[in-house]
Amino acid sequence: MSRTILRPEVTSVAWFKKEKYSTLKPPQMRDRIPEGLLTKCDNCYTALMTKDLEENLRVCPKCGYHHRLPARERLALMTDPGSFREMFTNIQPTDALHFVDSKEYPERLKAARKCGFDEAVITGEATINGRRVAYGQMIFEFVGGSMGSVVGERITRLIEHATANQLPCVVVAASGGARMQEGILSLMQMAKTSGALARHAARRLPYLVILTDPSTAGVMASYASLGDVCIAEPGALIGFAGPRVIQQTINQILPKGFQRSEFVRDHGFVDIVVPRKDLKRTVALLLYYMTGQPDESMRAAVAEARVTEAPAHEPTGAVTAEA
Amino acid sequence: MAITTFDFEKPLLELEQKLAEAEQAEPRDDAMLAQLREELERRQREIYSQLSPWQRVLVARHQDRPHSLDYVKAMMTDFIEIHGDRAFGDDQAMVCGFATFRGRPLAVVAQQKGRDTKENLMRNWGMSHPEGYRKALRVMRLAEKFRLPIVVFIDTPGAFPGIGAEERGQAEAIARNIRDMFTIEVPIICVVVGEGASGGALGVGVGDTILMLENSWYCVISPEGCAAILWKDRGQAERAAEQLKLTPPDLMELGIIDEIIPEPLGGAHKRPEDTYANVAAALERWMAQLTAVPVDELIERRYQKYRSMGRFVDTTVDTDAETL
Repeated sequence: MSRTILRPEVTSVAWFKKEKYSTLKPPQMRDRIPEGLLTKCDNCYTALMTKDLEENLRVCPKCGYHHRLPARERLALMTDPGSFREMFTNIQPTDALHFVDSKEYPERLKAARKCGFDEAVITGEATINGRRVAYGQMIFEFVGGSMGSVVGERITRLIEHATANQLPCVVVAASGGARMQEGILSLMQMAKTSGALARHAARRLPYLVILTDPSTAGVMASYASLGDVCIAEPGALIGFAGPRVIQQTINQILPKGFQRSEFVRDHGFVDIVVPRKDLKRTVALLLYYMTGQPDESMRAAVAEARVTEAPAHEPTGAVTAEA
Repeated sequence: MAITTFDFEKPLLELEQKLAEAEQAEPRDDAMLAQLREELERRQREIYSQLSPWQRVLVARHQDRPHSLDYVKAMMTDFIEIHGDRAFGDDQAMVCGFATFRGRPLAVVAQQKGRDTKENLMRNWGMSHPEGYRKALRVMRLAEKFRLPIVVFIDTPGAFPGIGAEERGQAEAIARNIRDMFTIEVPIICVVVGEGASGGALGVGVGDTILMLENSWYCVISPEGCAAILWKDRGQAERAAEQLKLTPPDLMELGIIDEIIPEPLGGAHKRPEDTYANVAAALERWMAQLTAVPVDELIERRYQKYRSMGRFVDTTVDTDAETL
């Protein structure tokens, strides 16, 4: 029987008016899941236990998507525990241009400091499997990892320190580009850092770059492109111009995967795409190949290999011959 | 129709008209003509001595402004163009080659814009692709091999942001040029003749001497680009120009450039011959100075020049400086 009793009462004359239903909250469900316990993967939208995601270096266990890694976790991933000694913290920003956008520049910097870092890069010495390196890491949390005078000066001092002390230099890039609020001064940091790298290279010292999401514009058009080997994390945005600018300029749909690590590798501008969990090992191995010196983690294996091979190559060299 | 008179030049237009009428009038009133001419020059001087940063940007983009190759043609002889990067193609937004300047051979790298739509299509509005930067480096290495000084003319609204440019490594091409220009063992003089936008300009802009024409600009980003990012509105470009400190006097103050080359009253396009003469004189002077410097010192000085760029507080030195 078609009765209309169950239908909500229609009081207005608008025929197309949506009928109103109220949704009841499922009892207690919401309260049973504490805030932050679950995190949705940004790529596959799977609900993941936040703890599991963090333990997996913020790589989705379902789809392998690499979420951005907070700077402190990145430092712990790349260097030996407690080995990082920060340098050049005496270099601090100033408002040379008296720049005002929606905020005054000093205010913007003050607000940015809430992330726990004083500028968009940390630089210093660290060890990677016991090997001393000059280590720099950009802080995306600080004004988008943008490069102004302080970033340029700290990176330059880091490279000069590496050159003077015959150290390899390892830099992790994470930056939207040069910092507009310092105008031309930011642009010139591209020249300063690249000039320092030319001198580092002339001493035959290794320089490795790890490109993380995002690595674009001014930083990419200077020291982030100049690694002896450029390593990228999977799926990172890597390029010169931002995708939005390109789309506006050429008015075309951008190809799939455009400016992502794998795309850039396939076009020949990234040397290897390495999953996050293998980054440190890859860097360590490359430094071994570039310096000829095994680090702590490989010393035993290298020694063993050389002993077993020794009979075939005798005499192996001057030292053995003299002995 | 292209705009050849700016809003801020409107008061001059009226005077120019009066002057034209007075010149036609019979009989000629010489006293009145002289008075009008004087008045016109006075107003011109007044307007051009206090151009706002945005007005300078407009003058730098003026339809009739001389472009890089105009300088090459006017100041140099026997120009031979060298095409291509020997890897992918030839970028017509970057013109390279050899020429004779005041009896001496040199290498030329010139960022070139077009004058009309047809030429602009060919020149890609002065926006280079990676192959342009690679060609420039190739010709600079040739110059180094044959001990020729290098003159770079900078005039670009930016490196081209497009799919092909990204696929062929725009960032890598610019980064490599910047680094390698520190190692080139011959003098490099850069002249910003119009627009010096960002990495697009710096990609051929590392030199021993950086000169700028009075009404040119040089910055980390174009005023439009800056406005689009900060205020999501390209229309705020004028406001961005005020903030960015992109005029030659600003850059002189910030220690980025070495000399401002004066332009004739009303801009380079009003009396191009005078502009060319001013640029040639500055070039000759700096060239004489730089060619006398021993190579090692030249390279060291070039490094130290850029090494000192930037503004920050060093808390170990300025112990009482107020950090932000």
